[in-house]
Amino acid sequence: MAEANGGRLKDVSFELLRWGKTLSETLEEPLTSVVLGHGVGESETQALIERGADRVLKCDHPALSCASVETQSRALSVMVLQENPSVVLASATTTGRSLLPHLAAKLGTGLTADCTELFIDEKTGDLIQVRPAIGGNIMARIRTPHHRPQMATVRPHSALPLPHNPSRRGEVEVVPFHAEWEDTRVRRIDFTPSSQDEGIRDAEVVIAGGAGMRKGENVSMLRELANLLGGKVGASRTAVDRGWCAYPQQVGLSGKTVTPRHYLAVGISGAIQHLAGMKTSETIAAVNNDPDALIFKVADFGIVGDVFEILPLLIDRLRKESHHAF
Amino acid sequence: MRIAVTVKQVPETGDVKMDEVTGTLVREGCESIMNPLDLHAVEAALVLTQNHGGEITVISMGPPDAERALREALSMGCHQALLITGRAFAGSDTWATALALSHALRQCGPFDLILCGEKATDGETGQVGPELAALLDVPLVTYVGRIVEVQKGKIIASRYLEDGCEKIEADLPALLTVVRAVNSPRLPTLRGKKAARSAGISHLDESQLGLDPERIGLRGSPTRVEKIYRPQITRTSRIFHATDEKKAQDAVEEYITFLREKGVLR
Ligand SMILES: Cc1cc2nc3c(=O)[nH]c(=O)nc-3n(C[C@H](O)[C@H](O)[C@H](O)COP(=O)(O)OP(=O)(O)OC[C@H]3O[C@@H](n4cnc5c(N)ncnc54)[C@H](O)[C@@H]3O)c2cc1C
Ligand SMILES: Nc1ncnc2c1ncn2[C@@H]1O[C@H](COP(=O)(O)O)[C@@H](O)[C@H]1O
Repeated sequence: MAEANGGRLKDVSFELLRWGKTLSETLEEPLTSVVLGHGVGESETQALIERGADRVLKCDHPALSCASVETQSRALSVMVLQENPSVVLASATTTGRSLLPHLAAKLGTGLTADCTELFIDEKTGDLIQVRPAIGGNIMARIRTPHHRPQMATVRPHSALPLPHNPSRRGEVEVVPFHAEWEDTRVRRIDFTPSSQDEGIRDAEVVIAGGAGMRKGENVSMLRELANLLGGKVGASRTAVDRGWCAYPQQVGLSGKTVTPRHYLAVGISGAIQHLAGMKTSETIAAVNNDPDALIFKVADFGIVGDVFEILPLLIDRLRKESHHAF
Repeated sequence: MRIAVTVKQVPETGDVKMDEVTGTLVREGCESIMNPLDLHAVEAALVLTQNHGGEITVISMGPPDAERALREALSMGCHQALLITGRAFAGSDTWATALALSHALRQCGPFDLILCGEKATDGETGQVGPELAALLDVPLVTYVGRIVEVQKGKIIASRYLEDGCEKIEADLPALLTVVRAVNSPRLPTLRGKKAARSAGISHLDESQLGLDPERIGLRGSPTRVEKIYRPQITRTSRIFHATDEKKAQDAVEEYITFLREKGVLR
């Protein structure tokens, strides 16, 4: 499943193709990317082929672009029954995590949520689905031995997309939308995009600040860093309680769980309630002046030092970096 | 309004112990509680019946001890409780759980609204709600962070998505899964607690639900947990002490290298 937003494909679609590609090569089956939506252009579907898909099935209709899980699930179930794939994957986003269970229940097959790794068992040809459970304290290996298709949602940022390969060829098939697929029981009546700092759940990089930031004004340094690294600003509960950041930015037990490619904790002690929301990030770095801060226990990279010394140096250094890049 | 809320009993802490030899979870010595997100679903139901009248039925599938989670919901103000229980249900995956819940909801319905938590803290799949909606063929609204209003057979609610907030109108009956932001759950009153202690909780087994034993529990579950293990700690933990300006600069330089190695800086 590719995921589109207003005609543009989201990055997670390409990450998913990397997993799909490895599996399809082992199974010696073609890799099909399914695009349900409205107004997804040719350059977008071409990009799916250049980044791993052998085929693209595209169904384009206004009814597929919003709200109704039922409409998408009907369209998809018809395609799955026709194509008979051995594996169906979607990203573990709010969309994928709503659509796939709906589809799995209709098809009467199993589904594994939020996988971080997928591979084929060479002996049986079964898909092995690996996922963290219980706050990342335990990993589980799951298989779907007797039901097909085998279905999984895959955690965003668990793989890097394959590079563009302009010489790859593949076909794009247009699937006509059937009027009876449309379910009008759920309707979108409004949409408010989140502000720049709020969309931390699917950010690639999260720069989070805590009590160590000392003042609300200093959060601007985090924003600057986030801009330089292409990320969003997150916060500990203390930073939110003090009004320096907004609640949608809170990471942790009573805030959001994030799994970005990189999480930088600045002036955050690493209380267990905070760790609960970020410890399964792919890489973690921390800046804290207390060498015994718990955050260092989960960090891949740590700087023991003063925020107000380190951050200006880092911002300066990254600015130079981005000058080089352009 | 007739509202059903599905609640699950889960182990209390995130620190569930594991038997390293058998690779199974050790449940003994671990307190059980109602799944925290289900408290929000219960609260949402209570607010709706306060404003519109009606009755709330809480339903759980689990061991007899899951009665405690149901009693907690009763003590908060829910009206009836049902427990789907029996040896045959052991080992159910999300599909088998949703199937059993769908039978119970059909039998005790019709309901105008079904509320579920976004996900349970033990399995963390968040699949049971959407699967249940598909099996019951009622409209599904996930990630609800605000219930705006209910009127004339419709519900209006806001969904919290990655890139914004979507306002939805859905025809009733519908199934909603709620996130924490939807409300703050009330505490049970003393009177509520007393009443809940002696309230009757109906038990339902597979034959009462008309379920084929082949389709429930481990046997009826399409997925199999083959193995559980502790994740390997892959954190490299490189720590730099920026005790003076030179060391601070070196540390920043190392950090840049680190970001490049990890593909964060390209
Ligand atoms: C039920 C419950 C739910 C909770 N949910 C959450 C949650 O969702 N998210 C969350 O974050 N918390 C949550 N908490 C709160 C949590 O326990 C901690 O209190 C909170 O995370 C601490 O935030 P902090 O790290 O910003 O502050 P502190 O713990 O005060 O840490 C500040 C850190 O900054 C460092 N520092 C100070 N000055 C500097 C400087 N100049 N340079 C470098 N470092 C400096 C200090 O050494 C310290 O380590 C919850 C608590 C409870 C009881
Ligand atoms: N055994 C169960 N009994 C009742 N409700 C459940 C059960 N399992 C899951 N649910 C409901 O489904 C939601 C999502 O759970 P899960 O899919 O297990 O993460 C929970 O918040 C409950 O509302």
